[in-house]
Amino acid sequence: MKEKIIQVENFSKVYGEFVAVDEISFQVERGEIFGLLGPNGAGKTSILECLEGIRKPSGGKLDILGVDPSREARKLNSLIGVQLQSSGLPANMHVEEAMRFFCSYHGVPARYDLLDRLGLKDKRDSQFQELSTGQQRRLALALAVAHNPPVIFLDEPTAGLDVGSRSELHSLMQEMKAGGSTIILATHDMAEAEKMTDRVAILLRGSIVAEGSPQDLTATGSGFTKVSIRTEQSLLQQNGTVFPAVSQRSVKDEYTIYFSVDPAPTVSALLAYLDEKEDKLIDLRVERPSLEERFLEITHAGGTQ
Amino acid sequence: MTAFTNHFAFEFKTGLRNSTLLLMNYLFPLGFYAMMGLVMVEINPIFGDTMIPAMILFAMMASLLLGLPGPLVESREAGIFRSFKINGVPAFSILSIPALTTMFHALIVSAIIALTAAPLFGGLNPVNWGGFILITLLSAFSLGAIGALIGVIANNARSTVLWSQLVFLPSMLLGGLMMPLDILPESVRSFSALLPTTHAMQAYLGYAFGQETLFNPALSVSILTATGILAFGLAIYLFNWDSKSDARRGHPLMALLILVPYLLGLFLA
Repeated sequence: MKEKIIQVENFSKVYGEFVAVDEISFQVERGEIFGLLGPNGAGKTSILECLEGIRKPSGGKLDILGVDPSREARKLNSLIGVQLQSSGLPANMHVEEAMRFFCSYHGVPARYDLLDRLGLKDKRDSQFQELSTGQQRRLALALAVAHNPPVIFLDEPTAGLDVGSRSELHSLMQEMKAGGSTIILATHDMAEAEKMTDRVAILLRGSIVAEGSPQDLTATGSGFTKVSIRTEQSLLQQNGTVFPAVSQRSVKDEYTIYFSVDPAPTVSALLAYLDEKEDKLIDLRVERPSLEERFLEITHAGGTQ
Repeated sequence: MTAFTNHFAFEFKTGLRNSTLLLMNYLFPLGFYAMMGLVMVEINPIFGDTMIPAMILFAMMASLLLGLPGPLVESREAGIFRSFKINGVPAFSILSIPALTTMFHALIVSAIIALTAAPLFGGLNPVNWGGFILITLLSAFSLGAIGALIGVIANNARSTVLWSQLVFLPSMLLGGLMMPLDILPESVRSFSALLPTTHAMQAYLGYAFGQETLFNPALSVSILTATGILAFGLAIYLFNWDSKSDARRGHPLMALLILVPYLLGLFLA
Protein backbone atom coordinates (compact mmCIF):
# COMPACT_ATOMS: atom_id res chain seq x y z
CA MET A 1 0.00 0.00 0.00
CA LYS A 2 1.37 3.41 -0.96
CA GLU A 3 2.16 6.08 1.62
CA LYS A 4 -0.62 8.59 2.30
CA ILE A 5 0.85 12.02 1.61
CA ILE A 6 -2.25 14.13 2.17
CA GLN A 7 -5.00 13.23 4.61
CA VAL A 8 -8.16 15.29 4.90
CA GLU A 9 -10.64 14.22 7.57
CA ASN A 10 -14.04 15.80 8.14
CA PHE A 11 -12.62 19.11 6.98
CA SER A 12 -14.94 22.09 6.84
CA LYS A 13 -14.53 25.77 6.11
CA VAL A 14 -17.12 28.34 7.04
CA TYR A 15 -17.14 32.08 6.22
CA GLY A 16 -19.64 33.72 8.55
CA GLU A 17 -22.90 31.93 7.79
CA PHE A 18 -21.69 30.48 4.49
CA VAL A 19 -20.46 26.89 4.51
CA ALA A 20 -17.85 26.71 1.75
CA VAL A 21 -16.69 23.17 2.55
CA ASP A 22 -18.83 20.75 4.50
CA GLU A 23 -16.99 17.96 6.37
CA ILE A 24 -15.20 16.34 3.49
CA SER A 25 -12.61 13.58 3.69
CA PHE A 26 -10.13 12.26 1.14
CA GLN A 27 -6.59 10.97 0.93
CA VAL A 28 -3.87 11.33 -1.67
CA GLU A 29 -1.06 8.79 -2.08
CA ARG A 30 2.57 9.39 -2.97
CA GLY A 31 3.13 9.91 -6.68
CA GLU A 32 -0.54 10.47 -7.44
CA ILE A 33 -1.97 13.28 -9.53
CA PHE A 34 -5.23 14.07 -7.77
CA GLY A 35 -7.75 16.31 -9.48
CA LEU A 36 -10.14 18.65 -7.71
CA LEU A 37 -13.03 19.37 -10.06
CA GLY A 38 -16.12 21.41 -9.55
CA PRO A 39 -18.03 24.43 -10.78
CA ASN A 40 -17.17 27.90 -9.48
CA GLY A 41 -17.97 28.21 -5.78
CA ALA A 42 -17.80 24.46 -5.18
CA GLY A 43 -15.12 24.87 -2.51
CA LYS A 44 -11.95 23.97 -4.46
CA THR A 45 -10.10 27.17 -3.59
CA SER A 46 -11.04 26.92 0.10
CA ILE A 47 -9.65 23.38 0.23
CA LEU A 48 -6.46 24.41 -1.54
CA GLU A 49 -5.96 27.52 0.58
CA CYS A 50 -6.35 25.58 3.82
CA LEU A 51 -3.99 22.83 2.62
CA GLU A 52 -1.49 25.51 1.59
CA GLY A 53 -1.68 27.10 5.05
CA ILE A 54 -3.11 30.38 3.77
CA ARG A 55 -6.36 29.95 5.70
CA LYS A 56 -7.30 28.09 8.85
CA PRO A 57 -9.87 25.30 8.68
CA SER A 58 -13.11 25.72 10.61
CA GLY A 59 -13.19 22.05 11.55
CA GLY A 60 -11.67 18.65 10.89
CA LYS A 61 -8.08 17.62 10.34
CA LEU A 62 -5.59 18.33 7.58
CA ASP A 63 -2.26 16.55 7.31
CA ILE A 64 0.51 16.87 4.72
CA LEU A 65 3.36 14.44 5.39
CA GLY A 66 2.66 14.65 9.12
CA VAL A 67 2.49 18.45 9.15
CA ASP A 68 -0.60 20.42 10.15
CA PRO A 69 -0.73 23.25 7.57
CA SER A 70 -2.47 25.69 9.91
CA ARG A 71 0.07 25.29 12.71
CA GLU A 72 3.44 24.48 11.17
CA ALA A 73 3.89 27.01 8.36
CA ARG A 74 7.69 26.84 8.36
CA LYS A 75 7.79 23.05 7.93
CA LEU A 76 5.05 23.24 5.33
CA ASN A 77 6.97 25.69 3.11
CA SER A 78 9.64 23.15 2.26
CA LEU A 79 7.09 20.41 1.60
CA ILE A 80 4.81 22.18 -0.83
CA GLY A 81 5.10 24.11 -4.06
CA VAL A 82 2.14 26.22 -5.08
CA GLN A 83 1.14 27.74 -8.37
CA LEU A 84 -1.56 30.19 -7.42
CA GLN A 85 -4.40 31.07 -9.79
CA SER A 86 -3.29 34.71 -9.66
CA SER A 87 0.45 34.66 -10.07
CA GLY A 88 1.17 37.14 -7.26
CA LEU A 89 4.56 38.61 -8.05
CA PRO A 90 5.67 42.24 -7.81
CA ALA A 91 5.10 43.99 -11.14
CA ASN A 92 8.68 45.14 -11.57
CA MET A 93 10.41 41.93 -10.46
CA HIS A 94 12.55 40.46 -13.22
CA VAL A 95 12.08 36.81 -14.18
CA GLU A 96 15.59 35.80 -13.17
CA GLU A 97 15.33 37.90 -10.03
CA ALA A 98 12.12 36.09 -9.04
CA MET A 99 13.82 32.71 -9.40
CA ARG A 100 16.77 33.87 -7.30
CA PHE A 101 14.48 35.50 -4.71
CA PHE A 102 12.22 32.51 -4.04
CA CYS A 103 15.00 29.90 -4.24
CA SER A 104 17.03 31.84 -1.69
CA TYR A 105 14.08 31.80 0.73
CA HIS A 106 13.81 28.02 0.20
CA GLY A 107 17.55 27.68 0.73
CA VAL A 108 18.21 26.03 -2.66
CA PRO A 109 20.25 27.14 -5.69
CA ALA A 110 18.31 29.06 -8.34
CA ARG A 111 16.88 26.77 -11.06
CA TYR A 112 17.40 28.86 -14.18
CA ASP A 113 17.16 25.65 -16.25
CA LEU A 114 13.43 25.56 -15.46
CA LEU A 115 13.02 29.01 -17.03
CA ASP A 116 14.65 27.76 -20.20
CA ARG A 117 12.56 24.62 -20.22
CA LEU A 118 9.31 26.53 -19.80
CA GLY A 119 10.10 28.84 -22.69
CA LEU A 120 11.24 31.84 -20.64
CA LYS A 121 14.86 31.84 -21.77
CA ASP A 122 14.49 35.09 -23.68
CA LYS A 123 12.46 36.68 -20.90
CA ARG A 124 14.97 36.36 -18.08
CA ASP A 125 15.55 40.11 -17.94
CA SER A 126 11.90 41.06 -18.45
CA GLN A 127 9.79 42.47 -15.66
CA PHE A 128 6.82 40.41 -14.51
CA GLN A 129 4.39 43.07 -15.78
CA GLU A 130 5.89 42.76 -19.28
CA LEU A 131 5.07 39.05 -19.57
CA SER A 132 1.97 37.67 -21.27
CA THR A 133 -0.58 35.78 -19.15
CA GLY A 134 0.80 32.47 -20.37
CA GLN A 135 4.35 33.49 -19.57
CA GLN A 136 3.31 34.66 -16.11
CA ARG A 137 1.70 31.27 -15.44
CA ARG A 138 4.76 29.43 -16.68
CA LEU A 139 6.97 31.52 -14.40
CA ALA A 140 4.66 30.82 -11.46
CA LEU A 141 4.94 27.11 -12.21
CA ALA A 142 8.73 27.25 -12.45
CA LEU A 143 8.86 29.00 -9.08
CA ALA A 144 6.46 26.48 -7.53
CA VAL A 145 8.61 23.47 -8.42
CA ALA A 146 12.08 25.03 -8.20
CA HIS A 147 12.75 23.73 -4.66
CA ASN A 148 11.70 20.22 -5.67
CA PRO A 149 8.84 19.90 -3.16
CA PRO A 150 7.24 16.49 -2.57
CA VAL A 151 3.73 18.00 -2.86
CA ILE A 152 2.70 20.42 -5.60
CA PHE A 153 -0.55 22.37 -5.83
CA LEU A 154 -1.51 23.56 -9.28
CA ASP A 155 -4.51 25.85 -9.59
CA GLU A 156 -5.69 26.08 -13.22
CA PRO A 157 -2.11 25.65 -14.45
CA THR A 158 -2.88 25.61 -18.17
CA ALA A 159 -5.36 28.49 -18.30
CA GLY A 160 -4.10 30.93 -20.92
CA LEU A 161 -1.37 28.63 -22.23
CA ASP A 162 -0.82 27.83 -25.91
CA VAL A 163 -0.73 24.24 -27.13
CA GLY A 164 3.06 23.93 -26.98
CA SER A 165 3.35 25.29 -23.43
CA ARG A 166 0.46 23.14 -22.33
CA SER A 167 2.12 20.03 -23.67
CA GLU A 168 5.41 21.02 -22.01
CA LEU A 169 3.59 21.54 -18.72
CA HIS A 170 1.94 18.14 -18.97
CA SER A 171 5.23 16.39 -19.60
CA LEU A 172 6.76 18.29 -16.67
CA MET A 173 3.89 17.08 -14.48
CA GLN A 174 4.46 13.50 -15.59
CA GLU A 175 8.15 13.87 -14.88
CA MET A 176 7.47 15.20 -11.39
CA LYS A 177 5.06 12.35 -10.77
CA ALA A 178 7.63 9.81 -11.96
CA GLY A 179 10.08 11.41 -9.55
CA GLY A 180 7.69 10.69 -6.67
CA SER A 181 6.02 14.11 -6.37
CA THR A 182 2.37 14.22 -5.46
CA ILE A 183 0.29 16.73 -7.40
CA ILE A 184 -3.04 18.29 -6.53
CA LEU A 185 -4.55 19.72 -9.68
CA ALA A 186 -7.54 22.05 -9.54
CA THR A 187 -8.90 22.58 -13.01
CA HIS A 188 -11.97 23.34 -15.07
CA ASP A 189 -10.41 21.56 -18.04
CA MET A 190 -12.00 18.10 -18.04
CA ALA A 191 -9.86 16.85 -20.92
CA GLU A 192 -6.78 17.77 -18.91
CA ALA A 193 -8.14 16.08 -15.79
CA GLU A 194 -9.00 12.95 -17.75
CA LYS A 195 -5.59 12.82 -19.34
CA MET A 196 -3.42 13.75 -16.39
CA THR A 197 -5.03 12.61 -13.15
CA ASP A 198 -4.99 9.24 -11.43
CA ARG A 199 -8.02 10.11 -9.32
CA VAL A 200 -10.41 13.01 -9.10
CA ALA A 201 -12.89 14.33 -6.58
CA ILE A 202 -15.89 16.19 -7.99
CA LEU A 203 -17.07 18.90 -5.62
CA LEU A 204 -20.46 20.49 -5.50
CA ARG A 205 -21.59 23.05 -2.94
CA GLY A 206 -18.76 22.15 -0.57
CA SER A 207 -19.24 18.37 -0.65
CA ILE A 208 -17.54 15.60 -2.60
CA VAL A 209 -20.22 14.10 -4.83
CA ALA A 210 -17.99 11.67 -6.73
CA GLU A 211 -14.48 10.35 -6.25
CA GLY A 212 -12.39 7.85 -8.17
CA SER A 213 -10.29 7.39 -11.27
CA PRO A 214 -11.58 9.14 -14.40
CA GLN A 215 -12.15 5.68 -15.90
CA ASP A 216 -14.20 4.51 -12.91
CA LEU A 217 -16.26 7.68 -12.88
CA THR A 218 -17.07 7.58 -16.58
CA ALA A 219 -18.02 3.90 -16.27
CA THR A 220 -20.51 4.53 -13.49
CA GLY A 221 -22.63 7.15 -15.20
CA SER A 222 -25.72 6.58 -17.30
CA GLY A 223 -23.34 4.33 -19.22
CA PHE A 224 -24.10 5.20 -22.81
CA THR A 225 -21.27 4.40 -25.16
CA LYS A 226 -21.39 6.18 -28.49
CA VAL A 227 -21.02 3.84 -31.51
CA SER A 228 -20.62 5.82 -34.73
CA ILE A 229 -20.65 3.92 -38.02
CA ARG A 230 -20.24 4.89 -41.68
CA THR A 231 -20.78 2.52 -44.59
CA GLU A 232 -20.48 2.65 -48.34
CA GLN A 233 -24.19 2.36 -49.10
CA SER A 234 -25.39 4.12 -45.93
CA LEU A 235 -27.97 1.39 -45.41
CA LEU A 236 -28.08 2.01 -41.67
CA GLN A 237 -29.22 5.58 -42.22
CA GLN A 238 -32.19 4.43 -44.26
CA ASN A 239 -33.81 1.86 -41.96
CA GLY A 240 -34.74 1.63 -38.33
CA THR A 241 -33.42 -1.85 -37.57
CA VAL A 242 -33.18 -2.38 -33.82
CA PHE A 243 -29.83 -3.57 -32.48
CA PRO A 244 -29.16 -5.05 -29.03
CA ALA A 245 -28.45 -2.71 -26.06
CA VAL A 246 -29.15 0.42 -28.09
CA SER A 247 -31.30 3.01 -26.38
CA GLN A 248 -31.08 5.85 -28.89
CA ARG A 249 -30.16 6.33 -32.56
CA SER A 250 -29.31 9.48 -34.50
CA VAL A 251 -27.82 10.46 -37.84
CA LYS A 252 -25.13 13.06 -38.32
CA ASP A 253 -23.51 13.74 -41.69
CA GLU A 254 -22.63 10.33 -43.12
CA TYR A 255 -22.55 8.62 -39.72
CA THR A 256 -25.26 6.69 -37.96
CA ILE A 257 -24.80 7.04 -34.19
CA TYR A 258 -26.05 4.50 -31.64
CA PHE A 259 -26.03 5.09 -27.88
CA SER A 260 -25.48 1.70 -26.31
CA VAL A 261 -25.48 0.52 -22.70
CA ASP A 262 -23.38 -2.50 -23.72
CA PRO A 263 -21.28 -1.82 -26.84
CA ALA A 264 -19.99 -5.38 -27.46
CA PRO A 265 -23.30 -6.97 -28.61
CA THR A 266 -24.25 -3.76 -30.39
CA VAL A 267 -21.06 -3.73 -32.48
CA SER A 268 -21.28 -7.49 -33.20
CA ALA A 269 -24.86 -7.18 -34.38
CA LEU A 270 -24.04 -4.14 -36.52
CA LEU A 271 -21.16 -5.92 -38.25
CA ALA A 272 -23.29 -9.04 -38.82
CA TYR A 273 -26.05 -6.90 -40.32
CA LEU A 274 -23.64 -5.17 -42.73
CA ASP A 275 -22.17 -8.51 -43.72
CA GLU A 276 -25.62 -9.89 -44.41
CA LYS A 277 -26.64 -6.85 -46.47
CA GLU A 278 -23.26 -6.70 -48.22
CA ASP A 279 -22.71 -3.05 -47.22
CA LYS A 280 -19.02 -2.25 -46.80
CA LEU A 281 -17.77 -0.68 -43.56
CA ILE A 282 -15.81 2.59 -44.01
CA ASP A 283 -15.42 3.80 -40.40
CA LEU A 284 -16.44 2.56 -36.97
CA ARG A 285 -15.85 4.54 -33.78
CA VAL A 286 -16.65 3.44 -30.23
CA GLU A 287 -16.43 6.26 -27.69
CA ARG A 288 -16.87 5.90 -23.97
CA PRO A 289 -18.55 8.83 -22.21
CA SER A 290 -15.95 11.51 -21.43
CA LEU A 291 -15.20 12.83 -17.97
CA GLU A 292 -16.71 16.12 -19.07
CA GLU A 293 -20.02 14.42 -19.92
CA ARG A 294 -19.96 12.59 -16.61
CA PHE A 295 -19.09 15.80 -14.77
CA LEU A 296 -22.00 17.63 -16.37
CA GLU A 297 -24.29 14.70 -15.60
CA ILE A 298 -23.30 14.77 -11.93
CA THR A 299 -23.36 18.52 -11.48
CA HIS A 300 -26.65 18.98 -13.35
CA ALA A 301 -28.21 16.30 -11.21
CA GLY A 302 -27.11 18.31 -8.17
CA GLY A 303 -24.85 15.56 -6.92
CA THR A 304 -27.65 13.15 -6.19
CA GLN A 305 -26.13 10.33 -8.24
CA MET B 1 21.58 35.83 4.72
CA THR B 2 21.37 35.20 0.95
CA ALA B 3 17.59 35.55 1.15
CA PHE B 4 17.91 38.83 3.03
CA THR B 5 20.50 40.12 0.54
CA ASN B 6 18.38 39.17 -2.48
CA HIS B 7 15.26 40.66 -0.92
CA PHE B 8 17.07 43.85 0.06
CA ALA B 9 18.60 44.20 -3.42
CA PHE B 10 15.23 43.71 -5.07
CA GLU B 11 13.43 46.22 -2.84
CA PHE B 12 16.22 48.76 -3.25
CA LYS B 13 16.04 48.48 -7.05
CA THR B 14 12.23 48.78 -6.85
CA GLY B 15 12.72 52.21 -5.29
CA LEU B 16 14.42 53.24 -8.53
CA ARG B 17 12.49 51.16 -11.12
CA ASN B 18 9.03 52.16 -9.94
CA SER B 19 8.36 55.65 -11.28
CA THR B 20 6.11 56.63 -8.36
CA LEU B 21 8.72 55.56 -5.84
CA LEU B 22 11.50 57.25 -7.78
CA LEU B 23 9.44 60.42 -7.64
CA MET B 24 8.80 60.11 -3.90
CA ASN B 25 12.33 59.00 -3.02
CA TYR B 26 14.34 61.42 -5.13
CA LEU B 27 12.66 63.77 -7.59
CA PHE B 28 10.03 65.32 -5.32
CA PRO B 29 12.25 65.91 -2.25
CA LEU B 30 15.28 67.09 -4.23
CA GLY B 31 13.12 69.30 -6.45
CA PHE B 32 11.43 70.82 -3.40
CA TYR B 33 14.82 71.26 -1.71
CA ALA B 34 16.18 73.10 -4.75
CA MET B 35 13.09 75.30 -4.91
CA MET B 36 13.23 76.12 -1.19
CA GLY B 37 16.94 76.80 -1.43
CA LEU B 38 16.49 79.21 -4.30
CA VAL B 39 13.32 80.96 -3.15
CA MET B 40 12.76 80.55 0.59
CA VAL B 41 16.26 81.61 1.67
CA GLU B 42 15.78 84.81 -0.36
CA ILE B 43 12.42 85.54 1.25
CA ASN B 44 13.28 84.44 4.77
CA PRO B 45 17.04 84.27 5.48
CA ILE B 46 16.39 82.66 8.92
CA PHE B 47 15.21 79.58 7.06
CA GLY B 48 18.86 78.89 6.23
CA ASP B 49 19.51 78.13 9.92
CA THR B 50 17.16 75.15 9.89
CA MET B 51 17.25 74.36 6.20
CA ILE B 52 19.28 71.14 6.47
CA PRO B 53 17.16 69.34 9.10
CA ALA B 54 13.90 70.71 7.66
CA MET B 55 14.66 69.53 4.13
CA ILE B 56 15.97 66.17 5.38
CA LEU B 57 12.78 65.59 7.34
CA PHE B 58 10.73 66.62 4.32
CA ALA B 59 12.64 64.12 2.15
CA MET B 60 12.10 61.40 4.74
CA MET B 61 8.39 62.12 4.97
CA ALA B 62 8.05 62.04 1.17
CA SER B 63 9.67 58.63 0.85
CA LEU B 64 8.72 56.98 4.15
CA LEU B 65 5.22 58.36 4.75
CA LEU B 66 4.01 58.99 1.20
CA GLY B 67 6.05 56.42 -0.75
CA LEU B 68 6.47 53.38 1.49
CA PRO B 69 2.86 52.52 2.51
CA GLY B 70 1.34 52.40 -1.02
CA PRO B 71 3.32 49.42 -2.37
CA LEU B 72 2.69 47.51 0.88
CA VAL B 73 -1.07 47.93 0.44
CA GLU B 74 -0.95 47.15 -3.29
CA SER B 75 1.12 44.01 -2.72
CA ARG B 76 -1.31 42.75 -0.12
CA GLU B 77 -4.32 43.44 -2.35
CA ALA B 78 -2.64 41.83 -5.41
CA GLY B 79 -1.98 38.56 -3.55
CA ILE B 80 1.79 39.06 -3.56
CA PHE B 81 2.05 38.56 0.20
CA ARG B 82 0.15 35.25 -0.13
CA SER B 83 2.70 34.13 -2.65
CA PHE B 84 5.48 35.27 -0.31
CA LYS B 85 3.94 33.43 2.62
CA ILE B 86 3.71 30.16 0.71
CA ASN B 87 7.35 30.49 -0.23
CA GLY B 88 8.49 31.10 3.32
CA VAL B 89 9.08 34.86 3.27
CA PRO B 90 8.48 35.95 6.89
CA ALA B 91 6.18 38.86 7.76
CA PHE B 92 9.11 40.57 9.47
CA SER B 93 11.06 40.65 6.19
CA ILE B 94 8.03 41.79 4.20
CA LEU B 95 7.72 44.85 6.44
CA SER B 96 11.27 45.56 7.51
CA ILE B 97 13.08 45.21 4.17
CA PRO B 98 11.00 47.75 2.20
CA ALA B 99 11.20 50.07 5.22
CA LEU B 100 15.00 49.64 5.37
CA THR B 101 15.52 50.17 1.64
CA THR B 102 13.29 53.24 1.65
CA MET B 103 15.23 54.56 4.63
CA PHE B 104 18.38 53.91 2.63
CA HIS B 105 17.04 56.01 -0.27
CA ALA B 106 16.03 58.72 2.20
CA LEU B 107 19.51 58.68 3.74
CA ILE B 108 21.10 59.13 0.30
CA VAL B 109 18.93 62.20 -0.28
CA SER B 110 19.72 63.39 3.27
CA ALA B 111 23.43 63.13 2.53
CA ILE B 112 22.98 65.13 -0.68
CA ILE B 113 21.10 67.83 1.23
CA ALA B 114 23.55 67.89 4.13
CA LEU B 115 26.55 68.20 1.82
CA THR B 116 25.14 70.76 -0.60
CA ALA B 117 22.91 73.07 1.46
CA ALA B 118 25.77 75.21 2.79
CA PRO B 119 27.76 75.67 -0.45
CA LEU B 120 24.71 76.03 -2.72
CA PHE B 121 22.22 77.96 -0.61
CA GLY B 122 24.12 79.20 2.45
CA GLY B 123 22.40 76.77 4.80
CA LEU B 124 23.78 76.43 8.31
CA ASN B 125 25.89 73.31 8.86
CA PRO B 126 25.56 71.26 12.06
CA VAL B 127 28.03 71.95 14.83
CA ASN B 128 27.95 68.33 15.97
CA TRP B 129 28.07 65.97 12.98
CA GLY B 130 27.95 62.84 15.18
CA GLY B 131 24.75 64.02 16.80
CA PHE B 132 23.41 65.04 13.40
CA ILE B 133 23.98 61.55 11.96
CA LEU B 134 22.40 59.85 14.98
CA ILE B 135 19.30 62.07 14.90
CA THR B 136 19.03 61.50 11.13
CA LEU B 137 19.12 57.72 11.62
CA LEU B 138 16.65 57.91 14.49
CA SER B 139 14.25 60.09 12.47
CA ALA B 140 14.42 57.67 9.55
CA PHE B 141 13.73 54.74 11.86
CA SER B 142 10.77 56.48 13.47
CA LEU B 143 9.18 57.68 10.21
CA GLY B 144 9.91 54.35 8.49
CA ALA B 145 8.09 52.48 11.24
CA ILE B 146 5.10 54.86 10.96
CA GLY B 147 5.08 54.32 7.17
CA ALA B 148 5.11 50.54 7.61
CA LEU B 149 2.26 50.79 10.13
CA ILE B 150 0.18 52.86 7.67
CA GLY B 151 0.86 50.24 5.00
CA VAL B 152 -0.45 47.54 7.32
CA ILE B 153 -3.63 49.25 8.53
CA ALA B 154 -4.78 50.97 5.32
CA ASN B 155 -7.47 48.98 3.47
CA ASN B 156 -6.86 50.36 0.01
CA ALA B 157 -5.02 53.01 -1.99
CA ARG B 158 -7.49 55.74 -1.02
CA SER B 159 -7.23 55.15 2.72
CA THR B 160 -3.45 54.90 2.39
CA VAL B 161 -3.34 58.45 1.05
CA LEU B 162 -5.69 59.58 3.80
CA TRP B 163 -3.62 58.08 6.64
CA SER B 164 -0.34 59.28 5.11
CA GLN B 165 -1.59 62.82 4.63
CA LEU B 166 -2.99 62.82 8.15
CA VAL B 167 0.59 62.57 9.41
CA PHE B 168 2.38 64.36 6.54
CA LEU B 169 0.47 67.63 6.28
CA PRO B 170 0.43 68.71 9.95
CA SER B 171 4.02 67.47 10.33
CA MET B 172 5.01 69.62 7.40
CA LEU B 173 3.11 72.72 8.47
CA LEU B 174 3.31 72.58 12.25
CA GLY B 175 6.37 70.45 12.95
CA GLY B 176 8.86 73.33 12.87
CA LEU B 177 10.00 72.64 9.31
CA MET B 178 8.62 75.77 7.67
CA MET B 179 8.45 78.07 10.69
CA PRO B 180 9.89 78.01 14.20
CA LEU B 181 7.68 76.43 16.87
CA ASP B 182 7.92 79.45 19.14
CA ILE B 183 5.93 81.65 16.78
CA LEU B 184 2.97 79.22 16.92
CA PRO B 185 0.06 79.93 19.33
CA GLU B 186 0.17 77.92 22.56
CA SER B 187 -2.74 75.64 21.60
CA VAL B 188 -1.20 74.83 18.21
CA ARG B 189 2.15 74.21 19.87
CA SER B 190 0.54 71.59 22.11
CA PHE B 191 -0.87 69.92 19.03
CA SER B 192 2.50 70.03 17.31
CA ALA B 193 3.95 68.10 20.25
CA LEU B 194 1.96 65.12 18.94
CA LEU B 195 3.95 65.13 15.67
CA PRO B 196 7.13 63.13 15.01
CA THR B 197 8.82 65.90 12.99
CA THR B 198 8.43 68.35 15.90
CA HIS B 199 10.53 66.09 18.09
CA ALA B 200 12.96 65.32 15.26
CA MET B 201 13.51 69.06 14.72
CA GLN B 202 13.92 69.65 18.46
CA ALA B 203 16.46 66.82 18.67
CA TYR B 204 18.37 68.21 15.66
CA LEU B 205 18.41 71.74 17.06
CA GLY B 206 19.45 70.60 20.53
CA TYR B 207 22.05 67.96 19.70
CA ALA B 208 23.32 68.77 16.20
CA PHE B 209 23.01 72.55 15.84
CA GLY B 210 23.58 73.64 19.45
CA GLN B 211 20.50 75.85 19.46
CA GLU B 212 17.90 76.46 22.13
CA THR B 213 14.88 74.19 22.02
CA LEU B 214 11.30 74.44 23.12
CA PHE B 215 11.19 70.84 24.40
CA ASN B 216 13.89 68.91 26.18
CA PRO B 217 15.79 67.26 23.28
CA ALA B 218 16.43 64.16 25.40
CA LEU B 219 12.68 63.77 25.75
CA SER B 220 12.30 64.22 21.97
CA VAL B 221 14.90 61.52 21.33
CA SER B 222 13.07 59.19 23.73
CA ILE B 223 9.75 59.89 22.02
CA LEU B 224 11.22 59.22 18.56
CA THR B 225 12.80 55.97 19.76
CA ALA B 226 9.58 54.83 21.44
CA THR B 227 7.60 55.75 18.30
CA GLY B 228 9.86 53.66 16.10
CA ILE B 229 9.77 50.61 18.34
CA LEU B 230 6.05 50.87 19.05
CA ALA B 231 5.02 51.54 15.44
CA PHE B 232 7.09 48.70 14.04
CA GLY B 233 5.90 46.33 16.78
CA LEU B 234 2.28 47.26 16.01
CA ALA B 235 2.90 46.84 12.27
CA ILE B 236 4.19 43.29 12.83
CA TYR B 237 1.31 42.51 15.21
CA LEU B 238 -1.41 43.86 12.91
CA PHE B 239 0.15 42.52 9.70
CA ASN B 240 -2.24 40.64 7.44
CA TRP B 241 -1.18 38.40 4.56
CA ASP B 242 -4.22 39.28 2.50
CA SER B 243 -7.29 41.44 2.88
CA LYS B 244 -9.64 38.41 2.88
CA SER B 245 -7.73 36.63 5.60
CA ASP B 246 -9.72 35.66 8.68
CA ALA B 247 -6.61 35.44 10.82
CA ARG B 248 -5.88 39.12 11.53
CA ARG B 249 -4.77 39.87 15.06
CA GLY B 250 -6.12 43.02 16.67
CA HIS B 251 -8.12 45.92 15.29
CA PRO B 252 -6.45 48.46 12.98
CA LEU B 253 -7.41 51.24 15.40
CA MET B 254 -4.79 49.78 17.75
CA ALA B 255 -2.37 51.76 15.57
CA LEU B 256 -3.42 54.85 17.53
CA LEU B 257 -1.35 53.47 20.40
CA ILE B 258 1.65 55.16 18.77
CA LEU B 259 0.28 58.39 20.20
CA VAL B 260 1.03 57.17 23.74
CA PRO B 261 4.69 58.35 23.80
CA TYR B 262 3.59 61.78 22.55
CA LEU B 263 0.86 62.09 25.15
CA LEU B 264 3.31 61.03 27.84
CA GLY B 265 5.73 63.61 26.43
CA LEU B 266 3.10 66.33 26.76
CA PHE B 267 2.53 65.29 30.35
CA LEU B 268 6.25 65.25 31.17
CA ALA B 269 7.18 68.43 29.31
